Amino acid sequence: MSCQCGSASKDERFVKIDQILDQNGRDESFLIQNLEQIQHILGYLPEDVQAYLAEAMGIPLSKVYGVVTFYSLFTTEPIGKHKISICLGTACYVKGAGEILAEFEKQLKIKVGETTPDGRFTLTACRCLGACGLAPVLNVNGKVFGRLTTDDIAGILAQFE
Amino acid sequence: MEFYRTHVLVCAGTGCTSMDSRLLRQNLYEEIIKRGLEKEVKVIETGCFGFCNLGPVMVVYPEGTFYCQVKPQDAAQIVEEHFIKGRPVERLLYQHEKDTANVVEMENIEFFKHQKRVALQNCGLIDPENIEEYIAQDGYFALAHCVKDLTPMEVIDIIKKSGLRGRGGGGFPTGTKWEFAYKSQADQKYVVCNADEGDPGAFMDRSVLEGDPHGVLEAMAIAGYAIGASKGFIYVRAEYPIAVERLKIAIRQAREYGLLGDNIFGTDFCFDIDIRLGAGAFVCGEETALLASTEGRRGEPRPRPPFPAVKGLFDKPTIINNVETFANVTKIIRNGWEWFASMGTEKSKGTKVFALAGKINNIGLIEIPMGTTLRTIIYDIGGGIPKGKKFKAAQTGGPSGGCLTETHLDIPIDYDNLIAAGSMMGSGGLIVMDEDNCMVDIARFFLEFTQEESCGKCPPCRIGTKRMLEILDRITTGKGTPEDLDNLEVLANTIKSSSLCALGQTSPNPVLSTIKHFRKEYEAHIYDKKCPAHVCQALLSYKIDPLKCKGCSLCARNCPAEAITGKIKEPFIISQDKCIKCGDCMTRCKFGAISKE
Repeated sequence: MSCQCGSASKDERFVKIDQILDQNGRDESFLIQNLEQIQHILGYLPEDVQAYLAEAMGIPLSKVYGVVTFYSLFTTEPIGKHKISICLGTACYVKGAGEILAEFEKQLKIKVGETTPDGRFTLTACRCLGACGLAPVLNVNGKVFGRLTTDDIAGILAQFE
Repeated sequence: MEFYRTHVLVCAGTGCTSMDSRLLRQNLYEEIIKRGLEKEVKVIETGCFGFCNLGPVMVVYPEGTFYCQVKPQDAAQIVEEHFIKGRPVERLLYQHEKDTANVVEMENIEFFKHQKRVALQNCGLIDPENIEEYIAQDGYFALAHCVKDLTPMEVIDIIKKSGLRGRGGGGFPTGTKWEFAYKSQADQKYVVCNADEGDPGAFMDRSVLEGDPHGVLEAMAIAGYAIGASKGFIYVRAEYPIAVERLKIAIRQAREYGLLGDNIFGTDFCFDIDIRLGAGAFVCGEETALLASTEGRRGEPRPRPPFPAVKGLFDKPTIINNVETFANVTKIIRNGWEWFASMGTEKSKGTKVFALAGKINNIGLIEIPMGTTLRTIIYDIGGGIPKGKKFKAAQTGGPSGGCLTETHLDIPIDYDNLIAAGSMMGSGGLIVMDEDNCMVDIARFFLEFTQEESCGKCPPCRIGTKRMLEILDRITTGKGTPEDLDNLEVLANTIKSSSLCALGQTSPNPVLSTIKHFRKEYEAHIYDKKCPAHVCQALLSYKIDPLKCKGCSLCARNCPAEAITGKIKEPFIISQDKCIKCGDCMTRCKFGAISKE
């Protein structure tokens, strides 16, 4: 692909990145904040986005990549339409969160960290949502489901097309 | 000013919000308008009450009526019965397990009776999104007193005399930390609030930030005045969206009121605060890793000294205090150090907030004077263990701590006693476990956590925890050997003494503590290939009781491994060779004929 610097049809993702940088700042100390907002808009952080950001902030790509891969919040792979986060915090774990996770893996036929082939669900585990009163809990697209048993899982999946 | 005859405080913390408390507030509001009561009854969103297990919760003042497990559809009845007819809705009142009578007032509920709220004083009492409610509770008066009447050294002196120790884990004296930073000469210094609450199962800091964000901002400004800093950062987990939102609102309001920014209270003192989001790395709770992350880098710790009070954020002198530590500061300034020092034990003053969770009836957030016993926490405040099960252990200090057993029930809880008992205060997570929890499995769980969260910088932590986890994996799957216990202890002690930061140094604690108190359970896994608590799947076997089995074949038809055989109306048998131990048969059996052992 030839260089498109200065061409009128700038990738619209990069336009959005420019807006975020204008708002937050280009200093290195804003790297995590910028990455977080970019991921919020794009869903994930592919290599070309990281390269563009590195260039725009004036820091080496290796540094950006190092930060992206260090923090569990960031992902370099696209995620499914619905993101299921199962809490594996201690309170949930002692109340059987491990069995809940196993049941999801069984029903979705994927392992934790993977996305279903149809792109419908991504299954992830997280550490403590802080809703320990409802343990075991999980979160689908920000909606919290609590006091779960393995019988609830088919019903939860059916709610998300 | 407007006056209302009734104030309704509805919890808007994470726990209650997850149980539709937002819709409840909306319904209450609509019902109140429908009946023309909007000038008489006021609905206020507050922070966490602490009784998360019974959410959503709400309190009606001036009576102090405490309602729990209120559903959005209950709004109409509450408005009709309580706000119009003046009688409480009986079915939504709190009922103590042993008593038949309902408890009406919040202060008479056992869960609240033994508590003493200092750090959580305003949580559940004020609207955290309204700075005027905070000011009405004497908010920002402590800051005014400091900047107008006291010298920085006098402020530090008060904090030192109060005996306040860091609530984030280590328990370092807060005043001493401030004094170090005060004495460091630099053109710029920083105040950092550590709100990276990573201990799984702990949610104290989140509740303080959600319920009383101004309390933290005010204390940070006081710290800024004391050490001579003009800039503060709050490093908060991105996983806490409600807390982040309320902090943003609080900072904006404080700036509008001139309580943050230039020339605060007409003095030369200038101080402002920014938020930095954590991106999901447990190690960032360690102060030097937190500083690296705040600077936008990988959150890897560095050796100390130099301590952050000398060389911290952007190489400038910096103090880092935990949320709960800050939440105590304003109260100490307002009420005097003598008041604070009068609570607690000899070397641990004040109160401590614990997140009570796990196998306990009253899950929630509690604040107790230092020196309270574990027995009071578990049986009086916590209401005991559900389903009449037996108490086995309580884990404090999260993945860095250890477990307390029945023998520790009556020791007064403070920093030093917990360390002596082989655990630690930590940030305040307190997870209760009953007879159905396998302690080897719990140790494996914590180690899996620390191993995954190891940043990888130093080998003892990166490789050592991995080897320990492999041994524990072997033990819990029935492949343990007699040398494994010794090897675990050797590895644990090496990692403890040679890791770079506190994450590594403390990571073997759950293993050492469970070996110390529950050695027999480890031995049962290794020698008898049995899991006494029936948790470790590989060590279980499912059996059908021929006397109870009716021969309905339901289990056999559903067995994914076709391991169950038999004739209709005769007892069935599970072939142990084929059984994959999924437990499906046991959950399906209508006659309770299948058991695991």
